[in-house]
Amino acid sequence: MALLLVQTLNGLQLGIILFLISAGLTLVFGVMNFVNLAHGAQYMVGAYLAAWLIGLTGNFWLGLALTLPATLAFGLALEALIYRHLYNRDPLDQILATFGLILFIDEGVKTIWGAEPISVDTPAALAGGVALMPGLLYPIYRLALIGAGLAVAALLYLIVNHTRVGMRVRAGASNSAMISALGIDIGRLFLIVFGLGATLAGLAGALVAPILSVEPGMGDSVLILVFVVIVIGGVGSIRGAFLGALLVGLIDTLGRAFGPALLDLAMNPSAASQTGRSLTPMLIYLLMAGVLFVRPSGLFPVKR
Amino acid sequence: MNWRAVVPGFGFAALALVPLAARWGPEAYALNLATRALIFALAAMSLQFMLGCGGLVSFGQAAYLGLGAYAAAILARYGGGDLLLEAGTAIPAAALFAVATSAISLRAKGVYYIMSTLAFGQMLYFFFVSLSALGGDDGVTLDARARLAGTDWLASDRAFYYAALAALALGYLLLDRIVGSRFGRVLGAIRQNPLRVRALGFEPFRYQLAACAISAALCAVAGVLLANLNSFVSPAFMTWQRSGDLIVMTVLGGVGSLGGAILGALAYLLASELVSTYTEHSGLWIGPALVLVALRGRGLAGLVWGGR
Amino acid sequence: MKRCLSVLTALAALAFPGGASAEGKVKIGMIVTLSGPPAVLGGQIRDGFALAVKKLGGKLGGLDADIVVVDDQLKPDIAVTKVKGLLERDHVDFVVGPVFSNILQAIEKPVTASSAFLISPNAGTSNFAGKQCNANFFVTSYQNDQVHEVLGKYAQDKGYKSAFLLAPNYQAGRDALDGFKKQFKGRIADEVYTPLGQLDFSAELAKIAADKPDAVFTFMPGGMGVNLVKQYAQAGLKTIPFLSAFTTDESTLPAQKDAAVGDLGGANWAPDMDNPQSKAFVAAYEAAYGAVPATYAMQAYDTAMLIDSAIRTAGGKLSDRDALRAALKKGDFVSLRGGFKFSTNHYPIQDFYLTKVAKRADGKYETEIVERVFKDYGDSYAKDCPLK
Repeated sequence: MALLLVQTLNGLQLGIILFLISAGLTLVFGVMNFVNLAHGAQYMVGAYLAAWLIGLTGNFWLGLALTLPATLAFGLALEALIYRHLYNRDPLDQILATFGLILFIDEGVKTIWGAEPISVDTPAALAGGVALMPGLLYPIYRLALIGAGLAVAALLYLIVNHTRVGMRVRAGASNSAMISALGIDIGRLFLIVFGLGATLAGLAGALVAPILSVEPGMGDSVLILVFVVIVIGGVGSIRGAFLGALLVGLIDTLGRAFGPALLDLAMNPSAASQTGRSLTPMLIYLLMAGVLFVRPSGLFPVKR
Repeated sequence: MNWRAVVPGFGFAALALVPLAARWGPEAYALNLATRALIFALAAMSLQFMLGCGGLVSFGQAAYLGLGAYAAAILARYGGGDLLLEAGTAIPAAALFAVATSAISLRAKGVYYIMSTLAFGQMLYFFFVSLSALGGDDGVTLDARARLAGTDWLASDRAFYYAALAALALGYLLLDRIVGSRFGRVLGAIRQNPLRVRALGFEPFRYQLAACAISAALCAVAGVLLANLNSFVSPAFMTWQRSGDLIVMTVLGGVGSLGGAILGALAYLLASELVSTYTEHSGLWIGPALVLVALRGRGLAGLVWGGR
Repeated sequence: MKRCLSVLTALAALAFPGGASAEGKVKIGMIVTLSGPPAVLGGQIRDGFALAVKKLGGKLGGLDADIVVVDDQLKPDIAVTKVKGLLERDHVDFVVGPVFSNILQAIEKPVTASSAFLISPNAGTSNFAGKQCNANFFVTSYQNDQVHEVLGKYAQDKGYKSAFLLAPNYQAGRDALDGFKKQFKGRIADEVYTPLGQLDFSAELAKIAADKPDAVFTFMPGGMGVNLVKQYAQAGLKTIPFLSAFTTDESTLPAQKDAAVGDLGGANWAPDMDNPQSKAFVAAYEAAYGAVPATYAMQAYDTAMLIDSAIRTAGGKLSDRDALRAALKKGDFVSLRGGFKFSTNHYPIQDFYLTKVAKRADGKYETEIVERVFKDYGDSYAKDCPLK
């Protein structure tokens, strides 16, 4: 029973990490209709900047505080140089451009910081753990991470649903041509959304730096998971991204933890082992295919 | 003069001359590189058919490449290593997989469709990774290159190059015919306005399903060739990065033109190889080049032919 | 498409600078992974080899050494093209590489069928150690199973009753657990395969805590190992002995730091190896590259020394392949490991040690030798190899 609780918490935590990265992307994708494959690379840059700034200042919180404006600046530079010229273009051109950016950023990061994985120490205030079950400490930092993710989710919910900017963002996700015609400066709105997305990617990168290794290409594998989350949730929907992320996190973690045991009950051990080995990594893709089969526009499609 | 026929004619004639030129250089290397480029051109062209003609972006195209490659590997292992037999097995296998998965994927539209093709591609990838009988992740080595109708012609690198070129040319002619046919026109119309097509009495779903199957079959042939080129098959052929590479080749060449896909694949692979002989940091050069092509729009075909 | 022809011609001219191998020169083609997260391993091999050549005054066996390094991008088909380029465009006499087993599977045939020798400074798969061994293929590292066997033997000798096994779900991961189980006869508490590239191990860690095994054995190379080791420490599980292969080495320790201290590993060498050549090597490597060398760099260094000795023994005549092969097989060089010789299958016979992660006085981290587990240990596949 304790194991189930801990594994649920683990799944929640993975979901929160995925949500932090997905939230920014789903907004950019939904509101601006922009396919930003380089979002994962921006997340990686966030992690690297955090590792570098925390090392430089010797203080986790100061480093974290500096990382956010730095990733925002990096994102806005990309926007001004490249993305701005690709709005309202064939999404395939956006894919090509942002794919090129991934190649460049991955290689650039390796050139600047080297290929070795680097790491960040857990801040002293959040080091240590609580014993949730005998023999296992649940690291406080992970609990804090869950808290931070929930706080971000709540904040985004407030901004999107209860502010003027949020209203425009929602309107943009539904019909950007219409709100442009209504005299809203769509360029400025896009800049706000994109800045928010870039900052969230950077924040996610910085927050995971103490538990995951910071290495070149770390954003690429996450990118696919994040797209899975967004599509399950429904493009452009923060609520969808949140629930999609939790669903993916929980299914993946619980499936890994208890799936093999369940299979053992159903078939002979060697067949179960073979099936388990091929099924577990497929779980989230099965989930996505299943969701799209039942709801072809995700769980929370934005009304258009 | 009919440029539509002349330009590809010149192109394929030029490609046919490559082995002659290669004799002055490091022949096996040049032929290996060129053959791999042709094989990926075939795969990119199969994607282009779905994408440009059918408006369907498949993010799981590498799965068909892998299916073809594994069909070749399995047949070779059990003594059925003949190129025609391998292709004859790979084509229906891939088409069947495409029909089964696309029947589900096609319910979704736009990015949802893209991601569900990815999902099925990933499932197949993980299946082969976990398949210890075929070496799992380490892959499986084929004893020798496939025979062709009982002869060992393909053992020569040059002959194999021409076999790949022939497959590419036949694929091009086939797809070109299909695009121009009634079927192709309906497909193109579905891309532009599915509702109107439906009103005219065509069921879009069936046409798109057929397009997926054709595309998968052609891509599987590329997979068979890829397996035989290096006598080696591994799940690395079917990662999502490979599917992404194929999309990039296609878009780089220019969406909507079959020749563009060939051009894109050749340019992408040759440029990557070229740049990496001079620097370890090829991403710093290839990346910005892709960005520039994207910013200009319409891909390389736009640069060469001046538009679609 | 017309332009395509001119582009191709231009490319051909640029891409084939080549040139026949000049007299009095030896050309080495190195194929390693230099992109993506595993780039750090390829980098160590490249640097270790370069250090040896520098020490030898830019020469190998008295001949001027010309080294061409290419990146296989961890894609087997690209690796084959690159290798053909090395063989035919650069006319290399030796191909050194690769890092990973699946690349080795793809390039072994093209290289051994040519006039060059293939020397692997890292990957050593079982098929090429056994039935498919080849006269022109040498391995200077180990047969992949051996390192896992070291830990299995240690766990067995130590009298552990149960072990929890954890590896990524791919061929090398499955081979790793099989290697461990060859030596360890105790109870397997659980055998868990995680998806390749998994970031978060909390589900597995909770399982370990629930199972309470006597020891954990894992194979988690690269970034996965960094994550696992950090999370293992954060979960407070360090009371359970952590045995691992290729999980805590000098390529990952800079990121694992204190979390890894005390973790046990198996290796054929460690930076604190007590012999003069090894001490000099570690000092020179740290001075040149600012990092502690791992076994990858050591094996690459030994590879260069092996080639040096072989060319010397063969009298500098690269054209005499039989003499060169015989000279390589002698393995007559001063290895950083101390003793080194080749078995009939051209894989090494060497000692293996239990190692432990330690923090050095200068604040850097390294693995250190605890005890010798196997002496003059050859692999079990050699008996299937037809070579004599």
